[in-house]
Amino acid sequence: MTPVRVAGVGLTSFGTTPERTSRDLFAEAATAAFSDSDVPRSDVDAVLYGNFMGELAEHQGHQGPLMAEAAGVAAPATRYEAACASSGAAVRDAVVRLRSGVDDVVLVGGAERMTNLGTAGATEALAIAADDLWEVRAGMTFPGAYALMARAYFERYGGTREDLAHVAVKNHANALENEKAQYQREIGVADVLEAPMVSSPLGLYDACPISDGAAALVLVSERYADEHGLDVPVAITGTGQGGDRLALQDRTHLARTPAGREAAEAAYADAGIGADAVDLAEVHDCFTIAEALALESVGLVPTGEAITAARDGLTTATGALPVNLSGGLKAKGHPVGATGASQIAEMAQLLRGDHVNSAAVPDATVGLTHNAGGTVASAFVHVLEVSR
Amino acid sequence: MSDDPVGDAGFDDWLEAVTAGRAYYLECENGHGSLPPRRVCPEPGCGSTVLEERPLPETGELETYTVTTVATPAFADDAPYAIAIADFGPVRITGQVVDVDPAEVETGQRVALTVRTAGTTGDRVVALEVVGD
Repeated sequence: MTPVRVAGVGLTSFGTTPERTSRDLFAEAATAAFSDSDVPRSDVDAVLYGNFMGELAEHQGHQGPLMAEAAGVAAPATRYEAACASSGAAVRDAVVRLRSGVDDVVLVGGAERMTNLGTAGATEALAIAADDLWEVRAGMTFPGAYALMARAYFERYGGTREDLAHVAVKNHANALENEKAQYQREIGVADVLEAPMVSSPLGLYDACPISDGAAALVLVSERYADEHGLDVPVAITGTGQGGDRLALQDRTHLARTPAGREAAEAAYADAGIGADAVDLAEVHDCFTIAEALALESVGLVPTGEAITAARDGLTTATGALPVNLSGGLKAKGHPVGATGASQIAEMAQLLRGDHVNSAAVPDATVGLTHNAGGTVASAFVHVLEVSR
Repeated sequence: MSDDPVGDAGFDDWLEAVTAGRAYYLECENGHGSLPPRRVCPEPGCGSTVLEERPLPETGELETYTVTTVATPAFADDAPYAIAIADFGPVRITGQVVDVDPAEVETGQRVALTVRTAGTTGDRVVALEVVGD
């Protein structure tokens, strides 16, 4: 389908800034995205903004117009909510709108303020992505849900906590030089294995941190880019969305995430490529097991084999298929409403060559992003390509 | 919520039925199982609106579990606790595994459904009792 050009990208640092409002975070990311583009704010036709827990963290609903105003944009605005895939959802709609001709310039992104809630408060807020009646009231936490999937995976396909630890070690190593990352700190397998348990078999270092941060993208139609003579080498060429039953107990498989497959198959078909064309990926590693589930769902690693992909070196920076060169959610951080757009920002920079880790993928032309909501009842996959 | 006098129709009725030893699931005319409150069969491609209450099989098999150490505030005093998904055949059910050391919980165990009271809030919690290996 018609490509949509990624004219500008902007990120705040991800980390612990409990006093900063999400309107301030998004304003910073949007300003950076406009600076990165040659597009004036006055050309923006719509603002699409992803956020998950603003009602709980900031007592704020109706966030769309607030965020447009914060970004200095006078355009209609809508907030998107799909748990941790909120801005993935916003990006997908932006692509659809730009292709359809409804809009020519869209400011899309997201933000999340989480650390002001504290660990217990943020755990409670994240848990509402699950089914309140059938999961949350039984005491299921978000790490607990992924722990149930991890145990089911071990039972079905094999795998160990040590295999998972290699995912965390890899993503920390990738974040070392990423100045936007929450953790620029190397860790070892022993650090992961010896960390306190959160929800067995997942420990503290199997989990992404609680983060504050924002991401923004200036996306433009092919027509706008041509008319304005913009030099924009990176485009979103494929978009896909997948869905599943909300509660884990109602899924066909407890150790697979078919919504990711549905989203990926749609995105590949949209881009006119197969999984074998993908050179690198940013996937939703909210927990170490989630990276394995994601890689299998999008068809980059056969089912039952991704558990050892990091340990075997396939997905490391020097491997055949680098995954989460940004550091991923695990080390870069996971301000949930910002994550989907931030993956696309990082991927665009990796492909156009100005990311700190671009040297790991000098010849890459096709990147995939995978953003998941909850235990992957929502999934959004995008294919990005660079013209070299 | 414990401070909310308004209940959840369908779900509360189900908890009361489980407490009374009359646990049920919903079955559509095409034989798909689901849990209340429900008006339409959620099985992809089904869509039946004819849902009947059927007795839940007395035991299920523990399919996966986790021992949660870091709980939400609503379960702060309950942690650590084991939570599991058990397969009862027509439906799977998520519950806390009770009356057992969490370290003794294993996949494949036979469990029966019950309702307990959460230590932190006093709210009702879906629970699973181990009845055999």
